[in-house]
Amino acid sequence: MTTTAAPLDVTALRADFPILSRTVRDGKRLVYLDSGATSQRPTQVLDAEKAFLQTANAAVHRGAHQLAEEATDAYEGARQRIADFVGADFGELVFTKNATEGFNLVAYAMGNAATSGPEAARFVVGPGDEIVVTEMEHHANLVPWQQLAARTGATLKWFKLTSDGRLDLSDVDSVITPRTKVVAFTHQSNVTGVINPVDVLVAAAQKVGALTVLDACQSVPHGPVDFHALGVDFASFSGHKMLGPSGIGVLYGRRSLLEALPPFITGGSMIELVKMEGSTFAPPPQRFEAGSPMTSQAVGLGAAVDYLTVVGMERIHAHEHALTVAALEGLGSVRGVRLLGPQDAVDRGGAVPFEIEGVHPHDAGQVLDSLGIAVRVGHHCAWPLHRCLNAQSSVRATFYLYNTLDEVDALVDGVREAQKFFGVA
Amino acid sequence: MQLQQMYQEIILDHYKNPHGRGLRDPFDAESFQVNPTCGDEVTLRVHVVDDVVRDVSYDGQGCSISQASTSVLTDLVVGKPVGEAFKKMDAFVELMQGRGKVEPDEDVLEDGIAFAGVAKYPARVKCALLGWMAFKDAVARSQGAA
Repeated sequence: MTTTAAPLDVTALRADFPILSRTVRDGKRLVYLDSGATSQRPTQVLDAEKAFLQTANAAVHRGAHQLAEEATDAYEGARQRIADFVGADFGELVFTKNATEGFNLVAYAMGNAATSGPEAARFVVGPGDEIVVTEMEHHANLVPWQQLAARTGATLKWFKLTSDGRLDLSDVDSVITPRTKVVAFTHQSNVTGVINPVDVLVAAAQKVGALTVLDACQSVPHGPVDFHALGVDFASFSGHKMLGPSGIGVLYGRRSLLEALPPFITGGSMIELVKMEGSTFAPPPQRFEAGSPMTSQAVGLGAAVDYLTVVGMERIHAHEHALTVAALEGLGSVRGVRLLGPQDAVDRGGAVPFEIEGVHPHDAGQVLDSLGIAVRVGHHCAWPLHRCLNAQSSVRATFYLYNTLDEVDALVDGVREAQKFFGVA
Repeated sequence: MQLQQMYQEIILDHYKNPHGRGLRDPFDAESFQVNPTCGDEVTLRVHVVDDVVRDVSYDGQGCSISQASTSVLTDLVVGKPVGEAFKKMDAFVELMQGRGKVEPDEDVLEDGIAFAGVAKYPARVKCALLGWMAFKDAVARSQGAA
């Protein structure tokens, strides 16, 4: 994080997001604190999608007419800009429908490796092999690995959490062993915002020759990320959490690995040669993009990356850090509020989960909603994490570049309001 | 204010002082239901004798809406023939799925009419129905076992 960059001009930024000026629930000013679930899109992204559809729309990678050419250029141009944004090469990014599909792509392709050629041998998992995850994972980076273990007879192991919700890395070598074939873990928790030490886990995995799969859904939108520098083998993130459209995710795969990885979804566009007896497959990334792909979504995500680049990821990270510090302090000062996870903002992104004594998270969310404040309530697709933190569910506020300190204050006031309404103040 | 429309006093009373709460014997069947979006859960037992609901007992973790509606459920169905209990359930489900446009019949639903405001919030309808889905499932199990 830099301290030299000028702070964000949030007032000017907010003008780019038309939805932020609407009101909700009988004229309340919208306070949107749910960007961890989905972010809002600036006019620049919406305009890029519209301009593509109005001037260049066609199916990509098929057809030789001018529109097909322009559409393909727009689609592949977006891939290049997104690759530059995350420190990857052009051919190392695969477009998926969402981040969840990216994790499934790797897990299913590994499952297919046993019946593929010798080049896929390093992806084969079976009885005696171990798949390592963490208790912190979003279900998207947990359930596909449980399923891969169930299908192949491999054993699922996991890193536990410390009482304040960080990864317990006190005995890495007992979890990542020579039997480990893959280590899947999140860069930044979608619940607590905890940022994990990727270097420690990558080093341990590399020592035993295991693959690493990074959930980058909450890191790529909120700070500078360079996959080559991190040294991970695969990473997946989604468009809609980084000012881009829904319906598009991105899977990063180290080039040499993508070249050897068997396909997951098969069909048109991903083939090299098709005969009735069988088929051969295109090189990556096309091998992993079967069927007609999304187009305006890719263009929109390219525009989102341009927007984020202009604003500056360091500045965004610093801004969110300031909001997180304020939220921890504000909520922490309310009697009856229990902050879940780390109590400080060290190595942490802009997510603050909490419970209010005597007010169920669903009910707290309802009171906040009546005040115009949008937060997430529930387990946020991280049920095991909540069990670790002794919480059935939680209220979660998440921040992005367009949020303000005033909105943090509104949240804290809203929590007091909820306590008053349910008579626990 | 909309909030008061949703959280009627009756609902808050049932939430703070739930009726029939706690798991009891004897029982013929038990059902565990969970709302996968929020993790709210209820375990509910039914005791049915000669086609009459003799007891409903339950335990669970959940929001005020799910807990209060299960409390109201016990008031409505205990002592009633299964057929009548199911009619009340159907009326409650219809009310909850009516997006606030169904006029509830107090003779049938008694305290249950307080949930009319909840029906305007689609995200909370599942909360209100959690205990009822457990009741339906438990009765079906008790009949299957008979």
